[in-house]
Amino acid sequence: MSRDNILHKVRTALGRSPSQAVAPPPPVRLRVPEVSMEDRIASMMSHLNELNGKTMRVPTMDAAREFAAGILAGKTALASNSPYLAECGISTLPGVATGITDLGELRQAAATVDIGITSADYALSDTGTLVMLSSPAEARLISLLPFHHLAIVPRERILTSLDELFTVLPHPAEQSSSMVLITGPSRTADIELVLVRGVHGPGFITVVIVG
Amino acid sequence: MSVEFDQKIHTTLEDANLQLAIYTATGRLKQKRVEAVAADSLPDYQELRTQANAIKKHAIENLDHYLEEFERNVEARGGKVIYCKDATEVSDFVLDLAKERGSKLIVKSKSMTTEEVDLNERLEHHGLESVETDLGEYILQLAHEKPYHIVAPALHKTRYDVAEIFTRELHVPNETEPEKITLTARAVLREKFLHADIGISGANFLVADSGAVTIIENEGNARLTTTAPKIHIAIAGIEKVIPRAQDLAVFLKLLARSATGQNLSVYASFLSGPRRPGEIDGPEEFYVVLLDNGRTKLLPDRSKRQSLYCIRCGACLNTCPVYRKIGGHSFPWVYSGPIGAIITPQFMGVSHEPGLPFASSLCGACGEVCPVKIDIPKVLLDLRSDVKKSEAREGLNRLELFAFRIFAWVMTHPQAYEIGGKIAASLAPSGEGKWISSVPAFMRIGPLKAWLSVRDLPPSPPKSFRELWRRR
Ligand code: SF4
Repeated sequence: MSRDNILHKVRTALGRSPSQAVAPPPPVRLRVPEVSMEDRIASMMSHLNELNGKTMRVPTMDAAREFAAGILAGKTALASNSPYLAECGISTLPGVATGITDLGELRQAAATVDIGITSADYALSDTGTLVMLSSPAEARLISLLPFHHLAIVPRERILTSLDELFTVLPHPAEQSSSMVLITGPSRTADIELVLVRGVHGPGFITVVIVG
Repeated sequence: MSVEFDQKIHTTLEDANLQLAIYTATGRLKQKRVEAVAADSLPDYQELRTQANAIKKHAIENLDHYLEEFERNVEARGGKVIYCKDATEVSDFVLDLAKERGSKLIVKSKSMTTEEVDLNERLEHHGLESVETDLGEYILQLAHEKPYHIVAPALHKTRYDVAEIFTRELHVPNETEPEKITLTARAVLREKFLHADIGISGANFLVADSGAVTIIENEGNARLTTTAPKIHIAIAGIEKVIPRAQDLAVFLKLLARSATGQNLSVYASFLSGPRRPGEIDGPEEFYVVLLDNGRTKLLPDRSKRQSLYCIRCGACLNTCPVYRKIGGHSFPWVYSGPIGAIITPQFMGVSHEPGLPFASSLCGACGEVCPVKIDIPKVLLDLRSDVKKSEAREGLNRLELFAFRIFAWVMTHPQAYEIGGKIAASLAPSGEGKWISSVPAFMRIGPLKAWLSVRDLPPSPPKSFRELWRRR
């Protein structure tokens, strides 16, 4: 349609010619402070708790499984194909469906279960954020459709901040078609600025930190 | 300026409930921003603003370069980029695609850009169902209204209004608890998400080095819109492009804090192309519509082009004493408040909306809160002088009336400023000298001064805002 016309207008307005070189952009500004693992964990938990998320720290993968079993208690769940969940033994708990690779099945399951269980590629302790890259191991809908999202995260994946995330992962698009940062439960304040959780995404989020 | 907006201002000022709603909501957002950018919460706030400004400046000055880089990278990952000059081209593209794919149902997440081009109306006119899914936008779509605020679109609606709208349009019991209303919306919209063929989103940032669109939200409706349907179309203004994914660290820290006082919004999605081999979900087709719609008109002027740095955080609205009095529907286009006052006349031409650059008191608050450091007062002054130049050719006209009335009304409701000496209904001017000396200092600038000194006060509203407030 209007591609060439618009680009031409832009160039004329800016006084540039096609494929004219560009001065380097301002240097990237990323600051990554040294923060001990214990402090990261504490900060991750307190930020999520402030947002009404639930957090739990467990020493071992077995303990993570036991905690997950306690949350499940008769409810239905869909676990992502994350190898970490399998290693913890969470994918094989009673009531948990997993191993889905077909989109139709995934939609059906994610739309009906009580809990979606995932791991996370990273977490950001400064804000209580989970970073999820879409992959064969992690489908997007599992952290989105169920009303409760349970994430099991080994502690070494906890980074400090956005700055550290973009230092570790300068080009997220090379890894995945979708990177989503999740900071707390879904919320709205569209009616009289009253905060309501779980408007479209999960109303509950529980993050288990292992180690 | 049309009689319609003139009237809108009048009714807004006289509606005590509405005044309270705007005042309370913007006041809370304003306070939350202040806390979120305070030194103990974000020590490098000013540095981040400076960096954000420098990145935007660089991107806009080299816009063609970054648009082409963005386009190349989207296409390398299997997406398509479509440049559209105006509303017709956008709707033609969507309609053609919908027709080719046999699509009937479209879900939309919040996008001011699509409001610009009246996309829903155009799609519905051609028999497609296009559903807004952001709760605020959904309420407004049911009420057949335009957004009141760029961040809190239904800020002017009370829970009772919303309950009534839901009962009327969805035939559900009249329920006034926000939690329950929200759950109703969740259930109704969930069905739409799962059956929609196309999802249309906006974009907060277009990342050139990644070919990615970045979408920031709290509800999860944008994630659903961009994940559940087979086709995702992102519609964004050409000015949204930034050079690198790494720049997002700066913008994400500023945007949510400035908008709602959150450290980060609940969801930030970074989407680059359709689902890849092996990925289980995500759209099969990925399109990015790059819209001009007047933006290229802002580029030639080195000062005024900074209007395009805007990241639509809404902070300038919340802090603006004029917006807080006259509300979002008193502005003639989808963008309201200080940012609306500077971009609307530029998109549409100053002689089309000559009153807007005057819809500000030049108190400077907007420029101070802007996370990308747009010098809004400076751009307003530039535009005022443009208006004056074009008016000089045409003689006095409707502009004077409109702008004058806005100012007069704001001034008769001075509590927002706490300026010395109450200028109220009782203080009618007896002569030009008295009037001009009774206006606050910020009014005694350039063209306004001359203009005020020869004008009479319009009839003042019968009660001041304070009186109305006290009566509650
Ligand atoms: S002009 Fe600045 S403060 Fe106003 S909405 Fe845009 S970015 Fe926010």
